[in-house]
Amino acid sequence: MNKTINQKGWLFVLPVVVLVAFNAIIPLMTVVNYSVQETFGDNTFFWSGVGWFEQVLHSPRFHAALGRQLMFTGIILAIEIPLGVIIALAMPRKGIWVSVCLVLMALPLLIPWNVVGAMWNIFALPDIGLLGRSLNAIGWDYNFTRHPSDAWFTLIAMDVWHWTSLVVLLAYAGLVSIPDAYYQAAKIDGASPWAIFRYIQLPKMKRVLTIAVLLRFMDSFNIYTEPFVLTGGGPGNSTTLLSIDLVKVALGQFDLGPAAAMSLIYFLIILLLSWIFYTLMMRNEEQ
Amino acid sequence: MGLSWMAWTWPTAAFFAFIVFCLAVMSAWEYRVPGGSPRRGVFGLDTTRGDRLFISLLGSAFIFLAWLGLMGTPLWGPLGIAVVWGLFVFRFV
Repeated sequence: MNKTINQKGWLFVLPVVVLVAFNAIIPLMTVVNYSVQETFGDNTFFWSGVGWFEQVLHSPRFHAALGRQLMFTGIILAIEIPLGVIIALAMPRKGIWVSVCLVLMALPLLIPWNVVGAMWNIFALPDIGLLGRSLNAIGWDYNFTRHPSDAWFTLIAMDVWHWTSLVVLLAYAGLVSIPDAYYQAAKIDGASPWAIFRYIQLPKMKRVLTIAVLLRFMDSFNIYTEPFVLTGGGPGNSTTLLSIDLVKVALGQFDLGPAAAMSLIYFLIILLLSWIFYTLMMRNEEQ
Repeated sequence: MGLSWMAWTWPTAAFFAFIVFCLAVMSAWEYRVPGGSPRRGVFGLDTTRGDRLFISLLGSAFIFLAWLGLMGTPLWGPLGIAVVWGLFVFRFV
């Protein structure tokens, strides 16, 4: 029997456990407690059972926000992952341009989320923004504050601009870690560029792409600041994603019970989808 | 500083006590039989004991949510299904 030795190692993990307990587990426990109670303020709570969960599960407003959230995440993953890989493949591997490209790619990631939202809000304004005016000048009746489709276009363009760099940097890290011997062997075999990508580069990037997909999935599913600053969830409710709806319920209406039930359902969906992504990708990697 | 802001109730306290109990049992199990008993189950997934607990708990949460959404209360039905699901996962997944 191979018993694990050096159990003292766990002591070194203790500070992280305490930290996580304070910033994640205790708040999560509180949310669970709120989700089964009603409050009218003054720290007074009344038991309401699973009523809030039933209400949220039957709410058309929640269904619509969840649908919009899934659509947003699906669209940005479908754009950012292939685009990131294409840009990483096009980037130079040697010479001075490597640093230039890396710095350029890192720039959007350094900008705080609320600033990105404000930048794109001004950039896309139809009367004074560069993007808005340009699109109107070429004959597109573009106005993201009035047309839901324009709001979605701007929202997705903003997210792609902000986060594709992350996929690029991760994919690039995977690409530069491939030894030259692989490429030499492919050259000897007379492999086409597609064959090199399919059988050498893509398998070698799988691990970093797994991380990229998971990070982008979780980030985009939790996104709040950028769409809130850009569109505020409008026009109407057209860009009200789950997180924006949740904040409206929790802080706008101060309905802590429904907001807590909604948070928990939201949390479970993220947990399930992340686990499915991770399991599928790890299984592919083993194969 | 009291804990009144956490708004504890007996049912939620019992729920978390159950989770802590599960983790304690899993730790004791791992101590007695180290290695996590990895295996490939009926879904073709490579799982350890910890994975199986995670799948059981996550699956149970969705069983309760599905029941609440489709049938409503009381919740004895999903409780039974969740127990059967947990046993199935630990035995076959």
